[in-house]
Amino acid sequence: MRTIALVGNPNSGKTTLFNALTGSNQHVGNWPGVTVEKKEGKLRFNDQLYNVVDLPGTYSLGAYSEDEIVARDFIIQGNPDVVINVVDATNIERNLYLTTQLLEMGTKIVIALNMMDEAKLKKIDINLNDLSKQLGIPIISTVASKRKGINELIEKAVDTINEDAPVNKISYGEEIHKEIEELKKLLEGRTEGYSSDWIAIKILEGDEEVINHVKGRNHVNERLIAIKDKSVDWELEIVNKRYDFINNIIEKSVKKPDETVVTLTDKIDKAVTNKYLGIPIFALIMYMIFQLTFVIGQDLLGGIVESWIESLAVIVSSFLYAVNSPDWLISFLIEGIIGGVGAVLVFVPLIMTLYFFLGILEDTGYMARAAYVMDGVMRALGLHGKTFISMIVGFGCNVPGIMATRTLENKKDRMIALLINPFMSCGARIPIYLVFIAAFFESNGGLVLFSLYLLGILIALIMGKLFSKTLFKGESSHFIMELPPYRLPSMRSVLRDMWDKVWDFLKRAGTVIFAVVTLLWILSRFPLGVVPYSQESILGKIGSIIAPIFAPAGFGTWQASVSLFAGIAAKEAVVAVLGMVYAGSSEGAALISAVQGAFTPLTAISFMVMTLLYTPCAATIATVKQETKSNKWAVFIAIYPFIIGWILSVIIYQIGSLLGF
Amino acid sequence: MTERTLVDLQPCQEGKVNSISGGRNVNKRLYELGLNKGAKFKILKNDVGPIILSLSGNKLALGRGLANKISVV
Repeated sequence: MRTIALVGNPNSGKTTLFNALTGSNQHVGNWPGVTVEKKEGKLRFNDQLYNVVDLPGTYSLGAYSEDEIVARDFIIQGNPDVVINVVDATNIERNLYLTTQLLEMGTKIVIALNMMDEAKLKKIDINLNDLSKQLGIPIISTVASKRKGINELIEKAVDTINEDAPVNKISYGEEIHKEIEELKKLLEGRTEGYSSDWIAIKILEGDEEVINHVKGRNHVNERLIAIKDKSVDWELEIVNKRYDFINNIIEKSVKKPDETVVTLTDKIDKAVTNKYLGIPIFALIMYMIFQLTFVIGQDLLGGIVESWIESLAVIVSSFLYAVNSPDWLISFLIEGIIGGVGAVLVFVPLIMTLYFFLGILEDTGYMARAAYVMDGVMRALGLHGKTFISMIVGFGCNVPGIMATRTLENKKDRMIALLINPFMSCGARIPIYLVFIAAFFESNGGLVLFSLYLLGILIALIMGKLFSKTLFKGESSHFIMELPPYRLPSMRSVLRDMWDKVWDFLKRAGTVIFAVVTLLWILSRFPLGVVPYSQESILGKIGSIIAPIFAPAGFGTWQASVSLFAGIAAKEAVVAVLGMVYAGSSEGAALISAVQGAFTPLTAISFMVMTLLYTPCAATIATVKQETKSNKWAVFIAIYPFIIGWILSVIIYQIGSLLGF
Repeated sequence: MTERTLVDLQPCQEGKVNSISGGRNVNKRLYELGLNKGAKFKILKNDVGPIILSLSGNKLALGRGLANKISVV
C-alpha cells in the first residue's frame, strides 16, 4: 500500500486536514520506542487504498525535540511515497521554512496551502501558480475546516507519487556549497537511504544525530574535526539562506497589506493577557467549565444513563430468576458486573462533557494564553510557564498530561512538570467525588469539585517549588511560545477527539475495571461459606490489614481501604468497588445512602483529598517509567504522592475532629 | 551608546533584530521561528511577564530574560 505522510507546523490545521482525508478510518498509537503519538488512517481513491500518516507538528526538522526526530526519521526511513506539507497561508514565511527542509531531504512533496479563507480575510494575495513554479512544488489551496480542496489535494498527491522529487534550489553561498560537495565525496554515496546532500547539510548545521551516525568513517571524521569551529557560523548561515530563499519567492508571489489591521485576536489578547485581568479571566474560564460540566454532564445527562443501568439490572435479574440461574451467577452479574462496571459507566456523560469543553479550549488557541498568563506565577515558583499546559491536559487524563511535558526542552523543567502532573485531578477521579458530593454536599457540588481541583493545583505547585529547590536545581529555560490566532473550534474535530477519549474510558471500563471487579467479587466470596462482602472474606481481610494505615485519616474501614487499593489499577475502580461492597447494585441511590452511613462529611472530605492525591494509576506510573526511562522515577511517582495524600488527609481529619466537625 | 534590547522597547514600537545571544540552541530556535538578524517586528505588549511581539503576522511570546539578550536597532 502507498503511504502519504502529513507534515506541517503546529497550528497549521494539519490534524483537521488529516481528519478530512481519512474520515473515521484512523487509529492512534505510539511511535516505536517513544511516546510520541502516531496517528494513521486509510484513504480510498480510485479504488486504491492509501495509508495516511500524521507526523508530529514541528517548526523544523532538526534534532531539537523528539517530535522533530520522529518526523524526519519517518520521512527518510519510513519512505513515504509522497509528503503533504500543510502550510498556513496566513503565516506563509514561517511555514515555508519547514518546506525548505523537505526540499533538502529530496522527498516528493505536495503543498496544501491551508486556511485560504483566513488569508483572504487578511487581504493576503497569493499567486499560487507563481509560488508553485518558484518552489518547484505543486500547490493545492485548501480550507480543511470546511473540507474545501480535499479531493484536489488527494488527486494531486497521488499524481505526484509518479513524478520526480523537486530540485532543491536554495543557494547556500559559495563556501557552504563547496563544503557540501567535499563532504559528499567523503561519504562515498554510503548514506543508507538518506540523501547525501541532506546529510552534508545536517553535518554543517552541527546536527548531533547525523554526526554520530557518520562519525566512525575514515576521512569523514578528520573533516568533522577540521570544520568543527566553523559549524556555529554555518549553522546560522544555513538558516539565513533558507529564509533568503523564502523571502525572495514571497516577494514575487505574495502580496500582503502594508499595515496589519487590528484583528479580533489582538482585541481578545489585550484582555486575556492583561497584567491584572489575565489570571482572573483564566480562573473564571476554568470555573465555568467545571460548573457547566456539572450541570450538563451530571444533572442533565448523568441521570439518564443511571436510569438505563437501573432498568438493565432489573431486566437482567428478572430474566435470571425466571430461568432459575444459580445464586452465584445472579450475584456476579448484578452485584459484580452491573454494580461495579455500571457504577463507572454512570459517569460517562460527565467525562464526555469535560473532554468536550477542554477540547474547545484547546482548539480555540486559548491554551497558549493560559501558559502565558501563568508564566509569571510559575516562574516565581521556579517552574516554566508551559508546565501549566501539561497540567491542564492532565485534568483530562494524566497520561497525555505527562506526554505533554515533552514540549519543555530543558530536562529540569520537564522532570518537575512530569512529577507534579498526577496531582492534576483526571477525569477518572471525578466519579469518586461525585458519589461523595451527592451524599454530603449536594447543594455545593460545583464548588466542592472546583476546590478539589484547586487543591490539586496548589499541591502540584508547592511540590514543583520544592523540587526546583532540591532535586532539580538550576535555571528554567527561556519562554518561547507562539500565540496562534484564535479560531472557532471545529465541532467535527472537537467531537471526534472527545469520542476517542470516551472510547478509551469505555475500553478501560470493559477491561481493567471488569477484571478488577471480577477479581474482587471472587475474593469477596472466599473462603467458601463466608457471608459475601463480609469482613471474614479474603477481600475483607486484605482490607482489614490495610485499614489501620488510614485510621488516622478517619476512613480506616476495610471497604474504603480495598477501594483505594483497587484504585491503583485504575481510578474508576474506587467507585466500582464502593458500589460492590456497599450497595451490591448499581442503584446510585443505594450506593449514596450506604456512603452516607459509612462516612461523615469530614471523613468524606478527607477521603476525597486522599483519592485526589494518592498513588497515580498503573497507566500513569507506566508512562512515567517510559518517559523517564527509569525505574527509579516510576517507584518515586508511586510512593511520594501517597505520602503527601496521607499526610494531608490526616491533617484534615484531625483538625476537623478537634473543631468538632 | 549602550545597546538596546527588546526589553527597552515600548508597545507599538517597531524594530529590527540586530543580534541574539541566547546560546546555540535557543538562537537556532528563534532563527527558525523567523526571528533572525534583520527581521522586522512590532512590540505588542511589554509590561509584566513575557514580551509579546508581532512578527510577519504571527505572535510570539518571549520571556523577559531572553528578550534582554536580543539586541535591536
